Amino acid sequence: MLRYTVLRTGSLLISLVVASLVIFFTLEVVPGDPASFMLGINAQPETIAALREELGLNLSPWARYLGWVTGLAQGDLGVSYTYRTPVAEIVAERLVISLPLAGYALALTILIAFPVGIWAATRRGSVADISVMGATQLGIAIPNFWFAMLMVLVFAINLRWFSAGGFPGWEEGFWVSIKALTLPAISLALPQASILARVMRSSLLDTLDQDYIRTARAKGLTRGQALRGHALRNALIPVLTIIGLQFSFLLAGAIIIENVFFLPGLGRLVFQAISQRDLIVVESVVMLLVFAVIMVNFLVDLAYSWVDPRLRGRR
Amino acid sequence: MNRVIFGTVAAAALLAGATAQARDVTIGMQLEPPHLDPTSAAAGAIDQVLYSNVFEGLTRFSSDGSVGPGLAESWEISEDGLTYTFTLRSGVTFHDGTDFEASDVTFSLDRARAEDSVNAQKALFANIASTEAVDATTVKVTLTNPQGNFLFNMAWGDAVIVAPESIENIKSNPVGTGAFEFSDWKQGDSISLKRNENYWGEAARLDGATFKFISDPTAAFAAMMAEDVDAFYVYPAPENLAQFEADPRFTVLAGNTEGETILAMNNKLPPFDNKLVRQAVSHAIDRSAIIDGAMFGYGTPIGTHFAPHNPAYVDLTGNSNYDPEKAKALLAEAGFADGFATTLKLPPPSYARRGGEIIAAQLREVGIETEISNLEWAQWLEQAFKGYDYGLTIVSHTEPMDIGIYARPEYYFQYDNPDFQQLIADLDAENDPAKRTEMMQEAQKIISEDYVNAYLFQLAQTSVVNSKLKGIWPDAPTQAVDLTAVYWEE
Repeated sequence: MLRYTVLRTGSLLISLVVASLVIFFTLEVVPGDPASFMLGINAQPETIAALREELGLNLSPWARYLGWVTGLAQGDLGVSYTYRTPVAEIVAERLVISLPLAGYALALTILIAFPVGIWAATRRGSVADISVMGATQLGIAIPNFWFAMLMVLVFAINLRWFSAGGFPGWEEGFWVSIKALTLPAISLALPQASILARVMRSSLLDTLDQDYIRTARAKGLTRGQALRGHALRNALIPVLTIIGLQFSFLLAGAIIIENVFFLPGLGRLVFQAISQRDLIVVESVVMLLVFAVIMVNFLVDLAYSWVDPRLRGRR
Repeated sequence: MNRVIFGTVAAAALLAGATAQARDVTIGMQLEPPHLDPTSAAAGAIDQVLYSNVFEGLTRFSSDGSVGPGLAESWEISEDGLTYTFTLRSGVTFHDGTDFEASDVTFSLDRARAEDSVNAQKALFANIASTEAVDATTVKVTLTNPQGNFLFNMAWGDAVIVAPESIENIKSNPVGTGAFEFSDWKQGDSISLKRNENYWGEAARLDGATFKFISDPTAAFAAMMAEDVDAFYVYPAPENLAQFEADPRFTVLAGNTEGETILAMNNKLPPFDNKLVRQAVSHAIDRSAIIDGAMFGYGTPIGTHFAPHNPAYVDLTGNSNYDPEKAKALLAEAGFADGFATTLKLPPPSYARRGGEIIAAQLREVGIETEISNLEWAQWLEQAFKGYDYGLTIVSHTEPMDIGIYARPEYYFQYDNPDFQQLIADLDAENDPAKRTEMMQEAQKIISEDYVNAYLFQLAQTSVVNSKLKGIWPDAPTQAVDLTAVYWEE
């Protein structure tokens, strides 16, 4: 186990270093100077030079890379070129929206996908199964931004139940904030739930065909008992893998939905930062996301060994 | 249970909305300011939120673009035009309670023109030789050369008066003298202002204002329709305007801006170094097709780099009327009977992207093939603006009174005409309004007849506002959402 942990940590560190190099030098190649962007088309060359000096853009790329990485190692994400506030503060402000939104959407995904997937699997080939398969196919095919716009049209413009977007801030109250995140979370959850329900169904069907299920039934368990006691837990491994991937996606990939609902989340921050060439924000946020994805994968690995004791011994 | 909670929340939200509406206003805008210091960035969004609401200058623009007294009550100009003596308003305080004095004015001007200044419009201050605080309410500014538009320059958002006491945190906590004070910034979402109860002038009628940042055009439509915002300043999707016009809840304001939208040509790059070619391009373009097709009919055709609503404007569109046959003839005369190929680099705004497609088609008619590339602003600045790496590009020049850029040979379209440069130098030095008008008209003619760029249209500004909200400027003499006179009709 110790050997395993050391190896895991080693590979984790190498992944992070490689990611930091790729992120930094990719952005280095992209044309565009943050100082000229900020000062616009009437600025004089010496003004731009003064701002570059102030922002520390005059140093060599390697010097800036080392400065950035040593900062990161000490938990300092740097100071944004455009906003001139510490990146950590900006990211923290965005995370209080992105993280709950991703969690909310994932909870909805699981709440929809598990019962639907199980229900369809236990009725293989029936009308119910076929209609679930059809509905999930539709759920995957519908672009979520289109679905989001449809919901805005119905629930915000016509029914006036929700506002069309925006986020009031947690200090305005828990329920108000949850309400503001509801339409975005549903839009995000719909395709994810469809995917997960299909995975749940097919994985469960696979295990239901296994010999040990037949044995369980033979020794007198009902269908439901065999399902709960034996099949479900064994069907969870592929489902967990997908959930891990989905969480990473929901955290970083909500950018389009954030735009539709004008939520000040992490995705929009990166998008803005790229167009403003606020490189330090882009670098630090992408790095943070890489870290989050690696950590989620790590946790999913741990969860495997929780649902499947056989995997514990092998390490 | 869920429904009960939900119903209560909705009712509370509705109630809050109803009581707040009479006194507050929420204004939608596409772009968020990067920070809140108007004196150290070009971003128009900073001025839109803060100009004359939070920060004021010595002079200020009013809604028709004229320049009047701001923090300076009056001024005297010496005989030789070199010394401006400003008398400041007394009893003015900054929002943090510190007094506004002559020393704040000298501090602001000296900061803007300092060696290490990062003022995006540093050129406005280049002519200042010295500043002096004579007493608490008198400031003397001495210029190196006489400058006819000095008072105009002092009205820009980049020339607002800031205080040394609060300069350190200006980027996140702007402290000015205006009718509104800064209250909160939820980054990525909104900025709110509240009324300054100690304002020196006529107090604002609104209790407060929130600027909400909605970049996506579809989201802007939804927010307006759901009445989440009371007004959308510079509404980004002109295709929806007819729908808003038909809806009695809303009013569409269509006004002028200072944005001359031009098809810029790289004057040093062959074949655009040939005036005949530039003339041919100008004649190949059908302005009305672009205004109708790309701008949904909003925009005024221009024939030179000057705002049509300015009294000194001359209509020179006749110099470059739409005449594809003439364009072909001119190209043949220039030795390009078979046409040529060039690049057309387009920055992100819709006037450029949509207009670019139409222009490319029109140029193809006369034999000019364009290779379109869509660029982000940062890329455009790097390649086209700084690197001169383009043949044609479309940009709206939104700074007021900026014909002087044609006197800068290193400016991105690289127009180098010593006569024109002399004319602008003389114009700068001239104080007599009649003579200035004459010179400005002369300047408009020179660049029009030299076909420096193809002049397309004056960018219109279309905002959608709640029909009960009054007092929003329809025109944009500068990039500002001046809320000092805005009110709700009962």
